[in-house]
Amino acid sequence: MAFLEIAGLRKRFGSLDILKGIDLDLDKGGFLVLVGPSGCGKSTLLNTIAGLETITAGEIRVEGRTINELHPSKRDIAMVFQSYALYPNMTVAGNIGFGMEMRGVPKEEREKAIQVVAKTLQIGHLLDRRPSQLSGGQRQRVAMGRALVRNPKLFLFDEPLSNLDAKLRVDMRVEIKRLHATTGTTVVYVTHDQIEAMTLATKIAVLKEGELQQVGAPAEIYNRPANLFVADFMGSPAMNLIKARADEQNGRMMITFVNGGAKDIAFPAPATIAAKPLAAGQDLILGIRPEAITDRDGADRHSKAIEIVDAKVEIVEPAGSDTFVVTHLGGKEVTARMRSDADVKAGETMPFAFNLDKAVLFDPGSGKRL
Amino acid sequence: MSAATSSSTVGTPWTSRIVVYGLLFLFALFFLAPLYVMLVTSFKSLDEIRDGNMMSLPKAVTVAPWLKAWGEACVGLTCAGIKGYFRNSVLMVVPAVAISTALGSINGYVLTKWRFAGHKWVFGLMLFACFIPFQSVLIPMARILGILGLANSILGLIVVHVIYGLGFTTLFFRNYYEAFPNELIRAAQIDGAGFFQIFRRLILPMSGPIIVVTVIFQFTNIWNDFLFGSSFTSGDGAPMTVALNNLVNTTTGVKEYNVDMAGAMIAALPTLLVYILAGRYFVRGLMAGAVKG
Repeated sequence: MAFLEIAGLRKRFGSLDILKGIDLDLDKGGFLVLVGPSGCGKSTLLNTIAGLETITAGEIRVEGRTINELHPSKRDIAMVFQSYALYPNMTVAGNIGFGMEMRGVPKEEREKAIQVVAKTLQIGHLLDRRPSQLSGGQRQRVAMGRALVRNPKLFLFDEPLSNLDAKLRVDMRVEIKRLHATTGTTVVYVTHDQIEAMTLATKIAVLKEGELQQVGAPAEIYNRPANLFVADFMGSPAMNLIKARADEQNGRMMITFVNGGAKDIAFPAPATIAAKPLAAGQDLILGIRPEAITDRDGADRHSKAIEIVDAKVEIVEPAGSDTFVVTHLGGKEVTARMRSDADVKAGETMPFAFNLDKAVLFDPGSGKRL
Repeated sequence: MSAATSSSTVGTPWTSRIVVYGLLFLFALFFLAPLYVMLVTSFKSLDEIRDGNMMSLPKAVTVAPWLKAWGEACVGLTCAGIKGYFRNSVLMVVPAVAISTALGSINGYVLTKWRFAGHKWVFGLMLFACFIPFQSVLIPMARILGILGLANSILGLIVVHVIYGLGFTTLFFRNYYEAFPNELIRAAQIDGAGFFQIFRRLILPMSGPIIVVTVIFQFTNIWNDFLFGSSFTSGDGAPMTVALNNLVNTTTGVKEYNVDMAGAMIAALPTLLVYILAGRYFVRGLMAGAVKG
């Protein structure tokens, strides 16, 4: 039995379906990230777990106990909000201790707990200040302190890093990961940032318009996206999605890029590329990550299916650690990720090495992975 | 003029500044003139008023008119000054302001943070109270006060003012609380705070400016009310404003302008005091609602 179980969860505002039947579970100590574009219902889902929103149908269980009807304070959860939601009229210590005060914990015990948490988060020197006197990163820490001090069964994070600047965001991301590793608590975390999702999660759930698109480990989501939406949403730059066709040539199944006008490009389909055998003439969309397209020297030597395609370089974007090279194939823009010292110039035609071991195929009609 | 002042008005020619300040000064004089006349007249003896200039300062300052207005002047048939009516007004204003402000605050809290189906309708109907001409409700209100047994009593006036103040106080507090982040309430709920705990520990401590605004507004309105006071009370139960009217209209031969003026000053002092003590919060509070925090 999983630690957190969500079964058939539905949420409806008037005639609007926000969540359309969510089934999810999470093991104890896991880190579940709910990710999706804005308006996909991820925050609503988190709020229903917190008890801040009622649910229309379904069930939420923690350790086998149904908590649907419980008041937020009785669910043994703690939540960190996007705006931090620190009480502006109380000191940092007051903020952290407020929950305990409401539960009638004696003053000495409260102060001891505040000290412990302040030490963990290195905010001991801030305890007497008010939230308005703190920087963004300090507020973030206090908000985490307020959650930590409860020592809850379940941590809920609602886009906690989105109000921080880029550098601080990376720092706090590491901090959250470390905190999760040391305390071993179970976390549900909402974000629209797929890098946060990839780096933090032990399990990712991708949502779109109130429906789960895919649930799985980060590597699985990244390498074997269940459909075109997940493929496009996860990863930056996004996965290349190229129109293609299955053809049979001399008894071998080939994948052909329909290269409108120019010569079509065909190469043999690796046996592992799709779960079911392809049918000749079938329309396909080939998904391949930018890092699986390189220059000839940068190609993965262990790959069994490297195909070289000559194409004209349109744009070169040196990003420091890598160089992104944009070209056109199958009527679509294709981004390749090359070593930073790769010798590439815009306007030249050069060989691109496609690592087809890493490619996936989608059905253009349903959008599902084949 | 200091360097700082001139640098803050780059591009404004000094001639236009003189015109602006000159006009403002003239308007200030114009508005302050009646107050000045009242003040100087209240400190003059009747003889001096009769043969003197209205604008001149008193030659011999006397506080006798103030004492008379307070303790001896005839209001209607009794000649015990206006002190009893002043007391009536205080007894009416303090609870009426306190109750209407407290209820408005809770209303605003509910209408923004604990929304229920139809909350917009409830608020809309409450706003209605702000726009109803008071004259139109005099007769039904008198009837209801009669049925409740509150006619001609301070308590009755308190009830009337609380009811009519609610529209405004709710509007003030609702708009102020609207800018409060809802996540604060949610965080407090998770922390285990209940409806009134959140109100007392979180909402109230942050309501300072809007409470001041509401108190000034309500105090001024209720203290200065004449219509309800004259309609629903009579004789010794009347508030200050009604008594002032009766004081001026009661003549026993000579018209005592100095006593009338002193009475009017006494009637105006409390609102003046409240405004001077809390006025700076008034402006600050009005601004606070406009800028989202």
